[in-house]
Amino acid sequence: MTDAAPNIAWVTGAAVIRDETGLHARPAVKVTKLARRFSSAVEIRGEGQERWVNAKSPNAVMKLRAAHEARLEIRAAGADAGAVVAALIALVDRNFDD
Amino acid sequence: MTEANAERVLEGVAASSGLAIGPVMHPSAVATDRIAGGIDEEAAALQAALDQACEELFALMDSGDKLAAEILEFQTMLLEDEDLIGPVSLRISGGEAADRAWRAVLDAEIADYVRSEDEYLSARASDLADLRDRVLCAMAGVSIEIKDTPEAAILVADDLTPSAFLGFDWSRLGGVALFGCSPTSHVAILARARGVPMVVGMRGGPELTAAGETAALDGDNGVLTVAPSRETLAAHRLRIGAAAEQDAAAAKRALQPAVTASGRAVLVMVNIDDPSILDSLSPEICDGVGLTRTEFLFRDGDTPDEARQFDIYTRIVRWAEGRPVTIRTLDAGGDKPIPGVTVDGESNPFLGVRGLRLSLIRPELFRVQLRALCRAAALGSLKVMVPMVTTPHELAAAAAHLDAVVAELATEGVEHARPALGIMVETPAAALTAADWEADFYSIGSNDLIQYVTAAGRDNPEVASLADPRNPAVLELIRRTIEAGRSRGVEVSLCGDMASAPDLVPVLLDLGLETFSVAPAQVGRVKFAIGESG
Repeated sequence: MTDAAPNIAWVTGAAVIRDETGLHARPAVKVTKLARRFSSAVEIRGEGQERWVNAKSPNAVMKLRAAHEARLEIRAAGADAGAVVAALIALVDRNFDD
Repeated sequence: MTEANAERVLEGVAASSGLAIGPVMHPSAVATDRIAGGIDEEAAALQAALDQACEELFALMDSGDKLAAEILEFQTMLLEDEDLIGPVSLRISGGEAADRAWRAVLDAEIADYVRSEDEYLSARASDLADLRDRVLCAMAGVSIEIKDTPEAAILVADDLTPSAFLGFDWSRLGGVALFGCSPTSHVAILARARGVPMVVGMRGGPELTAAGETAALDGDNGVLTVAPSRETLAAHRLRIGAAAEQDAAAAKRALQPAVTASGRAVLVMVNIDDPSILDSLSPEICDGVGLTRTEFLFRDGDTPDEARQFDIYTRIVRWAEGRPVTIRTLDAGGDKPIPGVTVDGESNPFLGVRGLRLSLIRPELFRVQLRALCRAAALGSLKVMVPMVTTPHELAAAAAHLDAVVAELATEGVEHARPALGIMVETPAAALTAADWEADFYSIGSNDLIQYVTAAGRDNPEVASLADPRNPAVLELIRRTIEAGRSRGVEVSLCGDMASAPDLVPVLLDLGLETFSVAPAQVGRVKFAIGESG
């Protein structure tokens, strides 16, 4: 878990996962690859989940077990926070380019 | 292996019943035997192995098909995963050798994947195991051949950690034969709960067997027969056939309510040692969960936070679909040390800081667990029980912590409920004074009770026969506890191995026991035994 200090300014966003098996290995790799291209801290969690996890960690993203039809919540903090949130929402909306 | 190999009988101790025939498999032969050099040296060894593994994977990706390449790409991403590598580096900074540090972290992750309720995710555990072995091989300077586990294989090893046990797909494998280990070990408890045949304590070492040799495993009598003769094989197959029929009958019986021959209804609950078992278990077979062990949370040096504990308790409560779920607070110490949590260097850990005694001197850990339990209690029928208590003021101290946590959650506006608070009766003192406790329920922990009453450990073969559940002193203490519960109008259950032994069912019914909590694989057999008794 990467619980950051409460005073960090997060840019947030969300998108619905359409892949029938949810956020499994292939999409997880795509999410982390994309997130790693940005310098901001990026965290995600599935709908109804309490913990935010590091979107640059494929292991953490896999373990989210975000399911089909679930809303994926995204937040980022840093110089390119807005860009990475937008890019991740676009990736989920494109159904991970599948 | 040659045809000239004669039949060899390796005798050990029965740890989990059942029979199997299959090829011998030596698990993850990669040794973790580096002698730790300086911190820089170990950090460099880790990095070199990660780089080499990455190169190997890229080479494989070029030669394989698209699907294989995607799976391998996931593995390469893991090699650069800061959340995964960070804890390894941390252990190395603490003086651990690179190979041990890597294995410890990966084993914990693998257990996590296996434990998840997601079928897809538990299937990915094998990717992590491959990656673990590939990096270990790179460190040890040996080449890795991807080891396929043959169907029905019998795993033969010196010892097996609980994480390693959970890393195998037991629906495909035959059983386990170990040279070390005892029937009271945690890996044996895991095997019994899942009905995986297991023999432990054989003399010698794995070199007495060759990988791929046929072996017949007898978990009922504690024997592994390597290269069995045609006659031995035929006899073993006959027994497997008969046992399969019994298993099928027991599985059917498990779904029916337990009633004695004279028509008295009895509750049969299950013991949960690790939530991974819930995937393969229907709540229809039981009247609830009589004991959830929580030591698994702390396995592999993990200290789970409130969110993680809450998720897991919630999962168990949801699984039970309204049936009561009893969760035991951390029962570490004694034969269950947890590095960094339990007290080291006690001259007699069984008489030392274990169970609730540990929780009371580590309130920061205890409170986190209680908070998660109270929050999960809002979602269903959850009860909390504290282990290893001797005098009522210990329960009062635990109740004070529970009250404080409830007040805290109320102030924070977090949804919660105050769960019923009961005790494990496993010391003679608690059994003799049971009526004096303000406990909401009693659960008899017969394993420890027997050891403390007979002053004999079950893990010591020289005195194991003295640790007899039928010892009249043991039975008298159980009778008194049941009587105390009846006079106070609270439930008494028994969750030790005694409850899972069909031949002891009539004895326990005679003593007045009305609630059994048993290993999931034993539910059907226990219900049969109840139906044939009083």
